[in-house]
Amino acid sequence: MYQEIILDHYRHPVGRLILEPFDAEVHHVNPTCGDEITLRVKIDDGVVTAIGHQGQGCSISQASTSVMTELLEGRTVQQALEVEAGFLALMQSRGEGQPDEDLLEDAVAFSGVSKYPARVKCALLGWMAFKDAALQAVAQSVKDQS
Amino acid sequence: MTSRTPSSVTALDVTRIKADFPLLQRTIRDGKRLVYLDSGATSQKPASVLDAERRFYEMHNAAVHRGAHQLGEEATDAYEGARETIARFIGAQAGDIVFTKNATEAINLVAYSLGNASFSDTAVGQSLSLQPGDRIVVTEMEHHANLIPWQELCRRTGAELAWLGVDDEGRLDLSTLDQIINDRTKVVAFTHQSNVLGTINPVSEIVARARAVKALVVLDACQSAPHMPLDVVELGVDFVAFSGHKMLGPTGIGVLWGRTEVLAAMPPFLTGGSMIETVYMDHATYADPPQRFEAGTPVAAQAVGLAAACDYLTAVGMDKVFDHEHALTSYALEGLASISGLRVIGPNNAVHRGGAVSFLVDDIHAHDVGQVLDDRGVEVRVGHHCAWPLMRRFGIAATTRASFYLYNDFSDVDALVESLDAAKSFFGVK
Repeated sequence: MYQEIILDHYRHPVGRLILEPFDAEVHHVNPTCGDEITLRVKIDDGVVTAIGHQGQGCSISQASTSVMTELLEGRTVQQALEVEAGFLALMQSRGEGQPDEDLLEDAVAFSGVSKYPARVKCALLGWMAFKDAALQAVAQSVKDQS
Repeated sequence: MTSRTPSSVTALDVTRIKADFPLLQRTIRDGKRLVYLDSGATSQKPASVLDAERRFYEMHNAAVHRGAHQLGEEATDAYEGARETIARFIGAQAGDIVFTKNATEAINLVAYSLGNASFSDTAVGQSLSLQPGDRIVVTEMEHHANLIPWQELCRRTGAELAWLGVDDEGRLDLSTLDQIINDRTKVVAFTHQSNVLGTINPVSEIVARARAVKALVVLDACQSAPHMPLDVVELGVDFVAFSGHKMLGPTGIGVLWGRTEVLAAMPPFLTGGSMIETVYMDHATYADPPQRFEAGTPVAAQAVGLAAACDYLTAVGMDKVFDHEHALTSYALEGLASISGLRVIGPNNAVHRGGAVSFLVDDIHAHDVGQVLDDRGVEVRVGHHCAWPLMRRFGIAATTRASFYLYNDFSDVDALVESLDAAKSFFGVK
């Protein structure tokens, strides 16, 4: 479960900062363990230009959020949500999933986590926060334009 | 790390005790020895408890307190006999024992009943009601189960919630006891032993102050009833709540003990069958306690199982169980103190302390500690332990908790300490 890439991202997380400026901010918690994340996202012309996150959590949640940040920055919101859907499906596979390396890149390192049901929520904490923030930012920009 | 010589030898023959627990014979994570250190969450069950439940279903199963057939009589005898055994276990009268689903429901029963008291049609019932300006006192170390029911009761009645704080060592701060438990205080609810810190609270001191202001005292005994001799008369409180599954019994049964005259004055919480005296289309009158508080088909097999658990613990001796866990706790605290970068959250010595030991390991999140331990067959609890405000008090998100019971021995503690060293090496923490 603890692939070297996970431990690397845990020790040196990408995007662990207070992002300014930003278009949406969300705060998510994992009520079973108390882990929390505050995540901000910047979206320009439908492209995720920056993700910043703060909070506390285990190596799995921290590393997963870090890998996600690296993977999704620079993508369109639509592409990012496709990657998110792929990661969610992998996490829900109970160790049976065939990860799509072209889509998920480094995030395939988390395949092993899906065998531990208690840890799946850890791996998903940052991703769910991103999805929430991205959709809020998009909704806000639609509102601003109308 | 090699095993250390225990500072004291315990009174229990753990090898023999372990042999009574079928689950403890299995291995874990590909053939590793199972080191079960999560009894604070739920305990394992001896064969005698499983046999008692099975025998009830195989020989005596019928609805309790209904019907005129022989099976109904046998089931009723088994259920009421279980009530007597469980009452004896805590020095109580059988009529003051109410069976609930678990301790959470037992505490909710009290909170909802007090909330219903303002609608009571008797003066004595009315006297239990809470008004705006009244106060309910809890502590900062409560499990959510002994906090949220009181938050909600405050919300429904306009009473205010106040609490006793916790000091850095993990003991209650009693310096403001007389101010916090003031003249308007109607209920004082606190835990006998913290499920996180292991701290055993000074019941008599708190009870004395509560008595002085005529407040009802509710004691959460989830972590004490399984681990030490308990006598409701000596405790001097009004209610004691505990769960069956933490004391070798089945899930699905909890106990509320209440002082006779208080139970008698209380209106019901859950209503329906079994709890009535007479019923008309537009109103009903209610049975005396304990039936008044046991609506619906009773949890007969679970009661029989819990009585078998009490019999098992009584045969071992609750004094010996307490002494044994005390020795394990002292040994564990010494072992944990030898690990650099490890901090115990709770008392660092075994004085007025039970066998739930929480700790932090520098630079390793509790979940990761738990995962590495699990890979080595050591099963501990990680997280906020349903005591989120207490975590906030210590400025932390989660701890790792090892908790001991009569079937644990010194080698289990050694396995814990060795595994923590392994976790540190794995994550490269010095």
